[in-house]
Amino acid sequence: MISKQDTEHIAKLARLGLSQSEIKKFQKELSSILDYIKLLEEVDVSNIKPTFHPSEHYFESQSVMREDKALPQSPDELIKLAPDIEKRHIKVKSVF
Amino acid sequence: MLSIVQAHKGLLDKKFSALELAKDFLNKIKKEKISSFLSVSEELAISQAKEADKVIAKGKSSILTGVPLAVKDNIQIKGLKNTCASKILKDYIAPYDATCIKKLKQLGAVILGKTNLDEFAMGSSTENSAFFTTKNPHDLKRVPGGSSGGSAAAVAADLCCYALGSDTGGSIRQPASFCGVVGLKPTYGSVSRYGLVAFASSLDQIGPLTKTAEDAQIVFKAISGKDELDSTSLDSEKSDLGTKNLRIGVPKEYFGEGIDKEVEAIVKKAINSAKAEIVDISLPHLKYALAAYYIIMPSEASANLARYDGVKYGLSKTAKDLFNTYLKTREAGFGDEVKRRIMLGTYALSAGYYDAYYLRAQKVRTLIKQDFDKAFEKVDVIMTPTSPFLAFKIGEKIKNPLAMYLSDVYTVSVNLVGLPAVSVPVGSIGKLPVGLQIIGKPFEENKILEIAKIYG
Repeated sequence: MISKQDTEHIAKLARLGLSQSEIKKFQKELSSILDYIKLLEEVDVSNIKPTFHPSEHYFESQSVMREDKALPQSPDELIKLAPDIEKRHIKVKSVF
Repeated sequence: MLSIVQAHKGLLDKKFSALELAKDFLNKIKKEKISSFLSVSEELAISQAKEADKVIAKGKSSILTGVPLAVKDNIQIKGLKNTCASKILKDYIAPYDATCIKKLKQLGAVILGKTNLDEFAMGSSTENSAFFTTKNPHDLKRVPGGSSGGSAAAVAADLCCYALGSDTGGSIRQPASFCGVVGLKPTYGSVSRYGLVAFASSLDQIGPLTKTAEDAQIVFKAISGKDELDSTSLDSEKSDLGTKNLRIGVPKEYFGEGIDKEVEAIVKKAINSAKAEIVDISLPHLKYALAAYYIIMPSEASANLARYDGVKYGLSKTAKDLFNTYLKTREAGFGDEVKRRIMLGTYALSAGYYDAYYLRAQKVRTLIKQDFDKAFEKVDVIMTPTSPFLAFKIGEKIKNPLAMYLSDVYTVSVNLVGLPAVSVPVGSIGKLPVGLQIIGKPFEENKILEIAKIYG
């Protein structure tokens, strides 16, 4: 069972605002999901390499880098999507 | 039910024009009772259909010219909303086309609209959509499956000739099974993910939902191939299409506890009817696949969804400072399941737990891959049920996240390993369809679809 403090700490790391009732709910639900995931503990993984990507082996021998050349693209279309802009700048609330 | 092949023939034989065909589908969509579409792109469809008619008149059409499709609302189409069925992207307009959309547009496709899904493709029923739940066309009280439930239901209800979906843990195959259509999850890297909203990047693939296996081959051919804009995309190696001397592997682990006995009987009958050599195989680590998936998938999702910060695009709820702006925006914008998975992924990646959860899950992934590699030394394809049960009732599982996760038990291993797999309808119980999953070796999409034709 993960604690209430742990749940609050994870929510903070994830930048998720959660109400007290949500914290309580997720504490319970995450605990039961993690109980199920405990199943993995019975697998002997000593000397087993991780697979982070299903086609890792295809890229061992070939480069996926393109030529370092600027593409004719303007960021204007993308900047326009921001909720708060001034000229060609995105406005952000202060950090402190 | 109008397939791609039939629509193409009808257009060439002048039985109907592309404009008539598009208008016919648009009218049907307006009257739909299953809530499969989130938005309808009538203007775009009409202009593409008119253009298609000109191309057809010149005798220069491709097989997809003038053939209408629907697109899951997490695949970007320039100028159209791309909501991912989330409040956080409710008003977001895609600034560019996904590569698969660009390819289909070049072939003269007609885009009817965007289909419903579980928010950010996280779910197995469309009940996690922030807007509404899609209904199964075979029984309106039941779910269409998910997350590509809108696409599967729209194809099954004949509201389009075909649709695109995305599959991270079964999100094309499971709804295809529940709705009685063909759904292909291609080999990881076969189809460019550029323009697909990222969910779990080592698992996500775009694929077709169609009425026939032949149609799935047509769409797959059109959208696959290496793309400079997705560095994980690859050119598919040509595979042997031959289905002679076929050896079908049947893993005993897929027919154990938890499977509906009637589903099991129909699937076994379908496997035996293939008139091939049946080989009993074992995938001993399969029972760990779902647990490994529910670590790897949320870990990747928690990183990918960090981009929804209320600063760059989408919903923004400003507060006194940046930190509180993040909290408020994400609290208001994300639904329950998305929050749950972000929490789970953040936990698995956090200091002190990384080795125990994330790294261990990736090692188990290696063992699952070795199981499949070993099995494929003895067999050409593997056949299993797509889902352990039939389409369930709306509301039946939504209150119990773990019960919902078990819907994916037969499909997730394929994503972990990156293999191609198709779900094809092989029968029904009452009104509800049953799907057979055919899993192939990497890049053998055409072979598994060729085999799927046996059941067409």
